[in-house]
Amino acid sequence: MGVRLRAVRRVFENDVVAIDGIDLDVAPGEFAAILGPSGCGKSTLLRLIAGLDRPQGGTIEIDSSLSAVPRGREYEGRADIAYVFQDAHLLPWRTVLHNVALPLELMHATQSHRMLAARQAIEQVGLAEAVDRYPNQLSGGQRMRVSLARAMVTDPKLLLLDEPFAALDEITRQKLDEQLRQLWLDRGMTVLFVTHSTQEAVFLAQRAAVMTRRPGKIIHDARIDLPIDRPALIRATPAFAREMHAIYQSLEKGGA
Amino acid sequence: MKKPRIDFLSTILPPALVLLAALAALEAYLRLAHVHRYMMPLPSSIGMALLNDTDELLTALGWTALSAVGGFAASAVVGVALAIVLSASSLIRRAFYPYTIFFQTVPIVAIAPMLLFWIGSGPFPVAVCAFIVSVFPVIANTLAGLMSTDPALVDLFRLYGASPLSAMWKLRLPSALPSILTGLRIAAGLAVIGTVVAEFLVGQSMGKVGLGILVVDGIHQAHLDIAFAAVLLASMLGLMIFAAVNTAAWLSLRRWHASAK
Repeated sequence: MGVRLRAVRRVFENDVVAIDGIDLDVAPGEFAAILGPSGCGKSTLLRLIAGLDRPQGGTIEIDSSLSAVPRGREYEGRADIAYVFQDAHLLPWRTVLHNVALPLELMHATQSHRMLAARQAIEQVGLAEAVDRYPNQLSGGQRMRVSLARAMVTDPKLLLLDEPFAALDEITRQKLDEQLRQLWLDRGMTVLFVTHSTQEAVFLAQRAAVMTRRPGKIIHDARIDLPIDRPALIRATPAFAREMHAIYQSLEKGGA
Repeated sequence: MKKPRIDFLSTILPPALVLLAALAALEAYLRLAHVHRYMMPLPSSIGMALLNDTDELLTALGWTALSAVGGFAASAVVGVALAIVLSASSLIRRAFYPYTIFFQTVPIVAIAPMLLFWIGSGPFPVAVCAFIVSVFPVIANTLAGLMSTDPALVDLFRLYGASPLSAMWKLRLPSALPSILTGLRIAAGLAVIGTVVAEFLVGQSMGKVGLGILVVDGIHQAHLDIAFAAVLLASMLGLMIFAAVNTAAWLSLRRWHASAK
């Protein structure tokens, strides 16, 4: 499903203007990266889109008219929006299986559907052997994969990710980037991926929007001209470097 | 997950030897310095009191345990429930939290005789004192735990339309569990102290003899050995409640919380 933002503005209680005048269109099924320095309001933007926060000005439209599960409504089989945080944020007292099943549980899905969907989602991120483990028995990368499986368990149409792999080491992060891209190719959901890594944005996305520091504004929005099939080694090709160069230039212009 | 293995030689033996050595040294000092038994009873005569007056001491222990455990259980239930209510809104917190501190500051020494006046004699007013003395740490720790729930997880629950009730049951209370157990550990000791102090003040009039009364009577009648034996049993009682809380903590936290490792 698509996202359309017009002149979105969010001011915090302490009068800090987090973002101002944000226009952004994301087409259904698109993979868009939002890049910018820390504190430029990227997370604020995602929270607004997820409906976890309200803007002071502007409009946020999410088509197909659904935003998550409307309160008080019966379970409809899927939540349309899923959110992946900077850290895994799992419930430490639940096993991997029951962490992944949590969204369906909160939406009152049947027990059998919950377990089946959770097992499938866990398998999809390659953690089938860890279903009965507790989060403190997993590595950082495994925990993040559980978090990803938890987001995917409702089969969302819009996946929002807030610097999800920033705390991981480079090698683990690249593996997870590849896994996320595969998930997107398989499922075709719309993805909004916030990151401060240019390389990650270029590898993952079809398109990158660059934000400036407070008040956050989008100063560069361009397609990433790389083939749909992106093997791990594409990161070391001239075409990849050209795309990174373009983004570095606009980051420079934005004073980042 | 490993079970805690009690290795007799390395776990029990060292503190037992320290205790025996300390008691022997105390015994030797008291005998050699001719300290009068009205000043300080010999460890051996405390031991004899435990053996000779077993029935009286155990009956007293029973009544004290009833009041202390009753007061502690009330603290656990009421303390957690009050903290849940307080956590619901900042308005409720501002309005009521200052008054919960009353439990912390109330002079139990002054209140205990009044309670006896109001609700009659027997173990019940004593349990009420134990409750008053021990409830505040449960409220304060539970509230702190409930208020420090991971905000990202609160967002996650909102995103999937969870009701406040299910967020409380599935997220806030389990996250607060380590803090709740900390509150209960503190309350365990306080409940026993509250009971013994209340028994001191309530005295014989309550008809049932608890350890606190044996302590007072022992001092007044120059039976320090019995007084000390009663003190010993009272601390054992505190230890047992504390151990019960620790066991509950280990059972509930061992899989996921660092404090139970």
